[in-house]
Amino acid sequence: MIELQGLTKRYGEKLAVDGLTCTVRPGIVTGFLGPNGAGKSTTMRMMLDLDRPTHGTVLIDGQHYRQLKDPLRTVGALLDAKAMHGGRSAYNHLLCLAQSNGIPRARVREVLDTVGLTAVAKKRSKGFSLGMGQRLGIAGALLGDPQILMFDEPVNGLDPEGIHWIRNLMKNLAAQGRTVFVSSHLMSEMALTADHLIVIGQGRLLADTSMADFIRQNSRSYVRLRSPEIERLLDVLAGAGITAVTTEDGHLEVDGTESAQLGELAARHKLVLHELSPQQASLEEAFMQLTAESVEYHAHSAPPGGDPRPVAGADAPPDAPPDGGAAPPGGGWGADWRKKKGS
Amino acid sequence: MTTPQPQAAHPAAPQTAPQAPPHAAPGYWPGTAPAGGPAGPVGYVSPIPVRKATLMDAVSAEWTKIRSVRSTIWTLSVMVAIIVGIGLLIAAGVDASGSKMTGSTALAGGFFSVMLGMICVLTLGVLTISSEYGTGMIRTTLTACPDRVRVLTAKAIVFFALTFAITLVSTALVAMFDVAMLEDQAEFAASGGEWLKVTVGTSLFVGLLGIISLAVGTLLRHSAGAITVMLGLVLAPLVVAMFMYTESLSSVRKALFEYSIPMLLSVFYGASGESSATSLSGWDPLWVIAIAAAVALGGAYASLLKRDA
Repeated sequence: MIELQGLTKRYGEKLAVDGLTCTVRPGIVTGFLGPNGAGKSTTMRMMLDLDRPTHGTVLIDGQHYRQLKDPLRTVGALLDAKAMHGGRSAYNHLLCLAQSNGIPRARVREVLDTVGLTAVAKKRSKGFSLGMGQRLGIAGALLGDPQILMFDEPVNGLDPEGIHWIRNLMKNLAAQGRTVFVSSHLMSEMALTADHLIVIGQGRLLADTSMADFIRQNSRSYVRLRSPEIERLLDVLAGAGITAVTTEDGHLEVDGTESAQLGELAARHKLVLHELSPQQASLEEAFMQLTAESVEYHAHSAPPGGDPRPVAGADAPPDAPPDGGAAPPGGGWGADWRKKKGS
Repeated sequence: MTTPQPQAAHPAAPQTAPQAPPHAAPGYWPGTAPAGGPAGPVGYVSPIPVRKATLMDAVSAEWTKIRSVRSTIWTLSVMVAIIVGIGLLIAAGVDASGSKMTGSTALAGGFFSVMLGMICVLTLGVLTISSEYGTGMIRTTLTACPDRVRVLTAKAIVFFALTFAITLVSTALVAMFDVAMLEDQAEFAASGGEWLKVTVGTSLFVGLLGIISLAVGTLLRHSAGAITVMLGLVLAPLVVAMFMYTESLSSVRKALFEYSIPMLLSVFYGASGESSATSLSGWDPLWVIAIAAAVALGGAYASLLKRDA
């Protein structure tokens, strides 16, 4: 169990993490989601007492990390793949970690076997691919057979087989009653692994909900219709009080009406339908909508006819307008810039 | 993906277990796995016996770290080669020339090679910690041992012991050769106390200089920068003093000269007394460098505790 209470980290003027309060529970995989620069890694570093919070605390089973008597036996963490000395062999890297916590030497062989690096145990990690480095980092996290596991972007650089492996590993670890906390910026990845979601943007908590609830609340479901008699279909729908939106490729999209009802309606009016399919907007879209206002590094695609912008997007002032950020995502930046220029 | 998979919402393991690849075969994990997934806050209990980690654990970890990197082995080999090799060459040269070593014992021949070999300790001392910052290993280290004082103490113990042992063996070898080859040319016979100074004294001195390097590496976190600072610290005072001609600065000049690392070390090799430029004698250099090491290490502890890793 990890408890964050009002966790805040300030770097100069910039709030990297802003009053984060949440709880990571055992027995499930908790996904920690946010766009790049949202403060995920900073939060994880504060959990491990690598960075000191400006305010707030993190409690690991009721204790501060630095009070843990045998930290690797309690928390295993994968921060970044290459947080190791490249000149040291995989075996020696794990050995020195094991020794520092009084973990039996035999355990090093066990975890190397678990992550499938036994064959390269004596090789220096400098020559490892990103995926192999990631596996070695995971081996280090598993070394103490800990009750809490934290992975920062664990699927980075893994091949499909490796991704499949780590997903199952995380699920199995959680099923054994451990606390599994995994960060990612990919909603699709989380949808496959996480049971619970904590979403942050610009250091602030945006959502703390179960995966099922998140899916229910955030994915827009609609029915897609295709018909050769589109005009008549629109009339019939309008007659029944149903609003339909015509898409660019000539489909109709209907929100809030069951596909069965639409099919029956079409049949009653003897309309030919080429398609009648219930759809759900992807979770990726839902996630992007949720975090749109807090994304720090936008890539700007110049709008057609829009004024060419003199500066690159990275210089954009990240602060949302004080009136609650009601500005539509995308328009916000330019408006901000013009405001700044005017003042 | 357009439709979310229903199983994402159900963590209970039955449908995930058969997919497990060979590495993560079910049942591999020892311990008490609750059978039915998340049934309340059930903790996991590891079967591996738990014991409190101690400073000795940190020391053995640091020993593994230092011996498992090639740069350590290379740097220390070069150091032994320089101290012993150049020490022997000098002894052989002085022996062949047949000239008198006025005002000193036969042991004085060992000074120059130790001075050169010491450079390796500066480099290695800095690298012992700065390479961890350079590679990101420091975050792994501090996660494994959040007690930062313990981490630096373990590093200091291991590095001091290692440099002391290696310098002791090298200087003892050189001293034996010097006495065997140059005894007849030296003005004074080497006493037991002087033997002790050029072996144990020099080794303690070099070890403490290593501690200063470790501290500077901790403070600066950057290998090249810290090594440059250490080289400057060792060489600059002497060089600056050499070019300080002005009469009004003569006291500064004298202090710079006296307390420069090469002059301090030379005291162990008999460069004291009225004929030399320094007023220090006996074991004084050791106290000077010990105080410097204590101050540097204190600063390193403070910095390590205060700053984010």
